[in-house]
Amino acid sequence: MPTRNPPTRTRQRTTERVIELFLAGCGSISLLTTVGIVGVLLFDSVAFFRDVSLWDFLTDTQWTPLATDKHFGILPLLSGTVLTTAIALLVALPLGLLIAIYLSEYARPTLRNTLKPMLELLAAVPTIVYGYFALTVVTPLLQRLIPGLSGFNALSPGLVMGFMLLPLVASLSEDAMRAVPQGLREGAAALGATRMQTALQVVLPAAFSGVMVSVILAISRAIGETMIVAVAAGQQPRLTLNPLVPVETITTFIVQISQGDVAQGSLEYNTIFAAGLTLFVLAFGLNTVGYFLNKRFREQYD
Amino acid sequence: MTKANALSGNRQQDRLFRGLGIVATGLGLAVLLFLVGVLLWDGVQRLSRAFLSGGASRFAQKAGILPALVGTAWLMVLTALLAIPVGVAAGIYLEEYGNANRLAGFLEVNINNLAGVPSVIYGLLGLQLFARLLHLGASFITGAFTLSLLILPVIIVATREALKTVPASVREASYALGASRWQTVSQQVLPAAGGGVLTGIILALSRAIGETAPLIVIGAKVFVSVPQSVFDPYTVLPLQIYNWISRPQAAYFTNAAAAILVLLVITFLMNGAAIYLRNQWAK
Repeated sequence: MPTRNPPTRTRQRTTERVIELFLAGCGSISLLTTVGIVGVLLFDSVAFFRDVSLWDFLTDTQWTPLATDKHFGILPLLSGTVLTTAIALLVALPLGLLIAIYLSEYARPTLRNTLKPMLELLAAVPTIVYGYFALTVVTPLLQRLIPGLSGFNALSPGLVMGFMLLPLVASLSEDAMRAVPQGLREGAAALGATRMQTALQVVLPAAFSGVMVSVILAISRAIGETMIVAVAAGQQPRLTLNPLVPVETITTFIVQISQGDVAQGSLEYNTIFAAGLTLFVLAFGLNTVGYFLNKRFREQYD
Repeated sequence: MTKANALSGNRQQDRLFRGLGIVATGLGLAVLLFLVGVLLWDGVQRLSRAFLSGGASRFAQKAGILPALVGTAWLMVLTALLAIPVGVAAGIYLEEYGNANRLAGFLEVNINNLAGVPSVIYGLLGLQLFARLLHLGASFITGAFTLSLLILPVIIVATREALKTVPASVREASYALGASRWQTVSQQVLPAAGGGVLTGIILALSRAIGETAPLIVIGAKVFVSVPQSVFDPYTVLPLQIYNWISRPQAAYFTNAAAAILVLLVITFLMNGAAIYLRNQWAK
């Protein structure tokens, strides 16, 4: 039917274009989200930095935006974040890597396929649940071992956060190690290496950038973690690296102010955006490094 | 040391190392079991029909989680309605349409970065953009918009991964039969990747259901009645739990543990479904 064909085809082409534009529009929402986040954080941070100098923000050792004697130094919040993150990593990295090596190099496939989803359930537990666990179980338990331990401290939420991050480190590292070509293992075995020697001296170095990605993602997740520390770390900004006393992280401060009755638009209120901007810059930096490492690691074995 | 000794030493080391791996894996699972055990011990006594169907009360023993349960259900439905179409569409665009163009490459880096932005920051975005600029306040709509943006990267990445597994021959055969690009995607590729896409969606929603921090930041309340419209203030299970944990009385901790059990059952069911789907689909 020669008369009907051309208009149908044009119409079809138009439909195709419209659909493609719609899909591209949906893809662009992610871009708008980024613009929105950066815009919101910058807009209110600019208002904040009109009243507080960047120098004070970065060097003042006190953070007391709600007190009469106001100080706006981010360092106490930063130290709280670094401290809880470091404790979490001390748990998650060694255990996560051991699990990854065990699952990738020792466990039989059937065992691995049963254990991995079970471990991943640890990552599915909502963080507020871990907060409850840290506050009502781990802290009292630790207080029995460490007499001077405060009811709120960095140690307990840090340890619990470590277990939350365990599956992330284990799972991503295991993926990276399994991507190492079998030939390398066979070569090592042919030279008389045990499985441990192969794992530590051949597979792990070959999967190094992939393992680093899991580490970086774990750090990024830890600094952004909110509820565990909000519940169990205390909400007291303090410039210290002592894990036994109450501290406050950047995330917790944001939540704390959001819950309170601080007037919108006030200097106190704008602090959460300056704190948010700091957090965003940290996370963004880590993610970017992770992204490029990941790219490199994928290209190696594809 | 003789050669034989060195070899047996190596082997012993190897066995020890394997033992360490087993201990580490066991420790992770033991913590999970311990966690569930503690919660059952603390909270199972409070689980009753009255607890599930009760509302706010001045007495811990009479308080229930109905407003929170209904709020969680509404928020999840709204979030799913917003996030699933947009997320899947974006995934399709990046994987099937924009392979070579610069916009797609840029979007990919961007989405990867968004996936790593802490959830509390999405709360700040939602607070300024939806709650204040658009005057939506602390309503369901604000919460659903915020959580949608939060889980969008997860859905996009999962959709792309699933589309990637569909062999190129499926597309080529479809084109050879005269199908257009969209016909190929919607009638061949997407159905073939359906299981993977669905798995990703379930995992993304299971993450949204446990989110607490962004909802606090956008001003979600705790003591509210069962909601009537999407513009109403609301509360959800994680917020109710946080509120109960923040109180000094032990009775509220029992309530928190019981509410956590409910939340965990929902989360684990969703994750179980996702794992089951993934295995079915992989076959």
